[in-house]
Amino acid sequence: MTTPILEIRNLHARIEDREILKGVNLIIPPGEVHAVMGRNGSGKSTLSYVLAGKADYEITEGEVLLDGENLLEMDPAERAAAGLFLAFQYPIEIPGVATMTFLKAAINAQRKARGEAEMSTPDFMRAVKTAGTDLQIDTAMLKRPLNVGFSGGEKKRAEVLQMALLQPKMCILDETDSGLDIDALQVVSKGVNALRSAGRSMLIITHYQRLLNYIVPDVVHVFSDGKIVESGDKDLALQLEAKGYADFDGAAA
Amino acid sequence: MADYDHIPTLKENIDRATVDSVLSLDVDKYKYGFESAIESDMAPKGLSEDTVRFISAKKQEPEWMLEWRLDAYRRFLTLTEPNWAKVHYPQIDLQDMYYYAAPKSTPAPTSLDEVDPALLEMYEKLGIPLREREILAGVERPNVAVDAVMDSVSVVTTFREELSKVGIIFCSMSEAIREYPELVRKYLATVVPVTDNYYATLNSAVFTDGSFVYIPKGVRCPMELSTYFRINEKKTGQFERTLIIAEADSYVSYLEGCTAPSRAESQLHAAVVELVAMDNAEIKYSTVQNWYPGDKDGNGGIYNFVTKRGDCRGANSKISWTQVETGAAITWKYPSCILRGDGSRGEFYSIAISNGYQQVDSGTKMIHLGKNTSSRIISKGIAAGFSDNTYRGQVSAHARAKNARNFTQCDSLLIGDKCGAHTVPYIESRNGSAVFEHEATTSKISDDQMFYCQQRGLNEEEAVALIVNGFVRDVLQHLPMEFMVETQKLIAISLEGSVG
Ligand SMILES: Nc1ncnc2c1ncn2[C@@H]1O[C@H](COP(=O)(O)OP(=O)(O)OP(=O)(O)O)[C@@H](O)[C@H]1O
Ligand SMILES: [Mg+2]
Repeated sequence: MTTPILEIRNLHARIEDREILKGVNLIIPPGEVHAVMGRNGSGKSTLSYVLAGKADYEITEGEVLLDGENLLEMDPAERAAAGLFLAFQYPIEIPGVATMTFLKAAINAQRKARGEAEMSTPDFMRAVKTAGTDLQIDTAMLKRPLNVGFSGGEKKRAEVLQMALLQPKMCILDETDSGLDIDALQVVSKGVNALRSAGRSMLIITHYQRLLNYIVPDVVHVFSDGKIVESGDKDLALQLEAKGYADFDGAAA
Repeated sequence: MADYDHIPTLKENIDRATVDSVLSLDVDKYKYGFESAIESDMAPKGLSEDTVRFISAKKQEPEWMLEWRLDAYRRFLTLTEPNWAKVHYPQIDLQDMYYYAAPKSTPAPTSLDEVDPALLEMYEKLGIPLREREILAGVERPNVAVDAVMDSVSVVTTFREELSKVGIIFCSMSEAIREYPELVRKYLATVVPVTDNYYATLNSAVFTDGSFVYIPKGVRCPMELSTYFRINEKKTGQFERTLIIAEADSYVSYLEGCTAPSRAESQLHAAVVELVAMDNAEIKYSTVQNWYPGDKDGNGGIYNFVTKRGDCRGANSKISWTQVETGAAITWKYPSCILRGDGSRGEFYSIAISNGYQQVDSGTKMIHLGKNTSSRIISKGIAAGFSDNTYRGQVSAHARAKNARNFTQCDSLLIGDKCGAHTVPYIESRNGSAVFEHEATTSKISDDQMFYCQQRGLNEEEAVALIVNGFVRDVLQHLPMEFMVETQKLIAISLEGSVG
């Protein structure tokens, strides 16, 4: 059996004394795209932060393996270098740091951590050019400080640009579709689809079935009150869209 | 489609050779903490009339200079140390210091072959950019002239010949006193009077060396002039004296870089820098100061009490100070501009980083005397560890200064919660038409910013360095290329250990 890219077993996490993740189980094999849908406040972003290693949470139980390695022992930068990428629901502004500068710093930091040589400037320029063109990102935007004054849609596109350049193994996209107009949704979806490959898995958090018409998932999970309560194929998303979450609330018990 | 091939980033803009040489530098905790084994010729310990006479004699100074020094010394005896700056330090025992230490050597070298190899090695250890070392080795066409001041004597002065072809004088102060006494007498202490302040008076009595620059009328200096200061001998106060004169319609850019070896005793550095700009002249003075800040408990380190002042004496003249302060245990420094000529302009761009137990009290003064004078101040203070970082700025318009304009922006960034940043602006206007604007912000590096950077693969120190480099970007871009990469590197080094 091949090693899953992501394997979460009975994950419990709390913030202060409030438990938010209450036993998450999830296995994503290589190349698969899984969608997670669920009510506001059910803990989807918390799951993504816990996986990425944000300090605010205390993990009380459970285990997470990234491509067979113990993820929870790594610090956030090590997780990134190991191939975990999170496209933030709310990307953070870094004043004064040009997007280009940030991209290059991130790529080279990961390479350094993996013991690889720095990416040469021409290679970097080429990679940015390709990825930027695909995502219809304006050159001028790349010279601006990262996320500062970017529109909602621009921020999301910049997240996907970073993902494209960092070539992660495991992509977590937290509501990357929110704030995108109809055309941008297609552009971004195309960008994400272009990254689908046999060795790369994705976890896509979304509220809208519409995104899943563009990025067709292998599995859809329903998240409720801190855990996954139902899993199915892409039709599960259609079912949710039609009936809402009420049917699944009971299952959480 | 958009063209991505021509997006300049800070780094790519800079000459490859400089980048490579800087990148190859050892970035250990304090990389300049070594002592070089060059013998010294020292004055007797302590401050006295004899010390002053000894220095003057060593320098083979004319009688008038000795008298000038003795006069300063007598005035100094009547002064007491200032205590208004927001810095605290043990009483400095002026009798427990040496005031003169010259590298022991035969007559001044006429070519680089005659230079002590230990000195050349020191340049290398200091990480003097490759390009400049090549110049020292005579490899490349020069565009940076280095006047190396090690301890108290200028040991090597390069490319004076090329400069002298266009009439530029670039030499040590002691040489200027001997060779160009009329110029020195005409300008010395006309910007910073002998009795200006305690440290300036002390400097006047015992200054040992420094740089002298004279740019004749209408000449644009063809290269950046640069000096590397270094305190080398134990317990040697460093009293530099620099004088730069830009005649009408001339231009010069001067770079000053500082490093010092680490050691237990605190050391006093009390330099005086005077700039004079005549009609339409422009002087750009850049400093990267990286002196030993003391160990992590706050012991040792340099005391840096410096008087730097520029006089925009001529109409439409311009003086701009750009400084990066990352070293020293205590910094007390206010590069200032006297905007005397009508239409003259003063600029001050500053990055001051304090970490550990460093104390920085720095800022500027813009004194508007002439009509239509303008000034601009951008100060970026970064405090980490247990440090204290104070910006103290004075902007004043005198009665005649019609339409004086100032814009001040003062931003502080705090890293951690044990450090402090303070902004102390003094604004004074005696002319109703003056418009002074002041903006100040204080911010912290947020946990969210740190997490975001780390999620992208940067470790904590890399993340801090990147965010801080972003914070100081407005000032960084005013530095000459030679200093930019080095400065980014320095910022990272000086903030090591500030997180986690
Ligand atoms: N710092 C915190 N302190 C206390 N509660 C918190 C904190 N951060 C998050 N929570 C709570 O945890 C719960 C889960 O939040 P989370 O952001 O993971 O939800 P979500 O499923 O991503 O919601 P949405 O769909 O609205 O993005 C919410 O009730 C939220 O208020
Ligand atoms: Mg969320």
